[in-house]
Amino acid sequence: MNTLHRHLLTAIAVASLAACSSVKLDDKPPVESRNGSAVVAGTGTGSGANAGSSSQTRVAPVDATGLSNVSMSNLPRIVYFDFDSYVVKPDYQNVIEVNAKALSGDRKRHMAVEGHTDDRGSSEYNLALGQRRAEAVVKSLTLLGAEQAQLEAVSFGKERPAVQGEDESAWAKNRRAELAGR
Amino acid sequence: MTLLSLTLSQIRFRRRLACAGLLALLALPAAAQFRVEISGVGATQLPIAVVRFRDEDKSNQSPSAIIRADLERSGAFRIVDAGGGALDETARPPMPEWRAKAADALVAGSVARLADGRFDIRFKLWDVVKGSEIGGQSQAVDAADLRLASHRIADYIYEKLTGEKGVFSTRIAYVTRAGNRYTLRVADADGENGQVALNSGQPIISPAWSPNGKELAYVSFERQKAVVFVHNVATGERRAIADFRGSNSAPAWAPDGERLAVTLSRDGGSQLFSIGKGGDSPRRLASSPAIDTEAQYSVDGRYLYFTSDRGGAPQIYRMAANGGNAERVTFSGGFSISPSVSPDGRTLAYVTRNANAFKLVVLDLATPGAQPVTITETGDDEHPSFAPNGRLLIYATKVQGRSVLMTTTLDGKIKARLPSQTADLREPVWGPYGR
Repeated sequence: MNTLHRHLLTAIAVASLAACSSVKLDDKPPVESRNGSAVVAGTGTGSGANAGSSSQTRVAPVDATGLSNVSMSNLPRIVYFDFDSYVVKPDYQNVIEVNAKALSGDRKRHMAVEGHTDDRGSSEYNLALGQRRAEAVVKSLTLLGAEQAQLEAVSFGKERPAVQGEDESAWAKNRRAELAGR
Repeated sequence: MTLLSLTLSQIRFRRRLACAGLLALLALPAAAQFRVEISGVGATQLPIAVVRFRDEDKSNQSPSAIIRADLERSGAFRIVDAGGGALDETARPPMPEWRAKAADALVAGSVARLADGRFDIRFKLWDVVKGSEIGGQSQAVDAADLRLASHRIADYIYEKLTGEKGVFSTRIAYVTRAGNRYTLRVADADGENGQVALNSGQPIISPAWSPNGKELAYVSFERQKAVVFVHNVATGERRAIADFRGSNSAPAWAPDGERLAVTLSRDGGSQLFSIGKGGDSPRRLASSPAIDTEAQYSVDGRYLYFTSDRGGAPQIYRMAANGGNAERVTFSGGFSISPSVSPDGRTLAYVTRNANAFKLVVLDLATPGAQPVTITETGDDEHPSFAPNGRLLIYATKVQGRSVLMTTTLDGKIKARLPSQTADLREPVWGPYGR
């Protein structure tokens, strides 16, 4: 993963943290002061800005060494697939829901969905299979409220494995679609 | 250093080397390290002796060794030990002696350094059975072209004795991967003389030679997605010809060299398009709800062979090059990909999945109901590509966890592994005649 990706993931992490912070604070009930008037613990915007400014100075480290990636954002971002399949299984419905919600909540937000495969079969067939996986995830996201214009489906086929290995446990971790901020 | 010739008694050699499946290593002067790994015993082979060229050790190459390896790799020849005797193109070889060695043909020659630093390389080819000269040639070449001159001699011999064009002076292209570094390379058909055409930190796949051998189309991920480039090999000048939304891949040149078939996902899925070599006028060739990819033109330009999973799992289909109805071509096995069709249109090479093994097979297209024939013992075969004379295939496979390039005769009997160091070698494609 290159510098651009690292910066984008950092930006996503920052935006996610800001968003989560403002949601939590909006839900807090106002605190009553001694003289009886309600003092809101903090407006959404204000606290959001505070949370935002502390997130702006923080740097989220991103591991780009190609091993199993743990996302630094709060959003789960990987959907896994069966061999030669691009069906989004019910197990990953939560991943779709959470990301669709984030996208429909902010129309300026863009994501790329990157499709990947295990290393069995040709580079070109796997590139196309990865593309199908990415498009299936994009479709699932749009069905839950994301807009097509916020999303791009691309594929890396078998060229960027998450895990090296020639057994099913490695293959299973490579058959995936990853959601990345753009 | 002594020059070990390949002997008629290959069994004796195999025992001596204690190497299962491998034959002799040829040791040359250190300046020209050249290792040939050829295995198998061919069907009908013409026994030929190639004598060491006079004074070849004064140059930086061994033309006789290059010629011997070329002829043996073709599968059409069996190398007869030429012994240590001196012979050149001016000689009158004693034919009874060569008949006694069971050679049907004999080659001898010489290498002479010219005053301007170039080399004059000459040879003669004899028919030992008839006891007559078949022909010979001389070439004056720079030192850098001695290998090419040797390959041209091997082509001459091959054509005179088999009646078919040789492919020894053609080139191949392939991709290397070492860690996160990728290169696209161009090499001689024997895998030697590799030169880097493209250096990248991102994957490169699917190189394809233009029909005139001057350009390579390929897919590069340098823009963080699959984009098709066309690249002039001699000048390095390159242009992206397909960078549409999503993935752009699987370039294949039409035989007229003006347009390419490509796989685009811009309209959703992976579908076949035709596009001008400048990236102009994309035109969709087929519509399917499926993956359509890995298009390959037949040499006469009439058909496209391609991989499609429109039937549920990937199989090979054929369609008129302008588009239209596609007919399925592969029926045995549940998963077939990576078609390469022979120049005469009669044979299809492809990869079929068998349990967890991916096997290179060849299918006789001219015989209805023919079954594909397995021609390798390895289980991880990829990316077959026909030589322009249709007699050899190059492909990639895994040996001890590393990806290597192999050539094979169509019956699978004679295989050669191309030289490699530590990098993975993948995506081989055989270039056209006349570099």
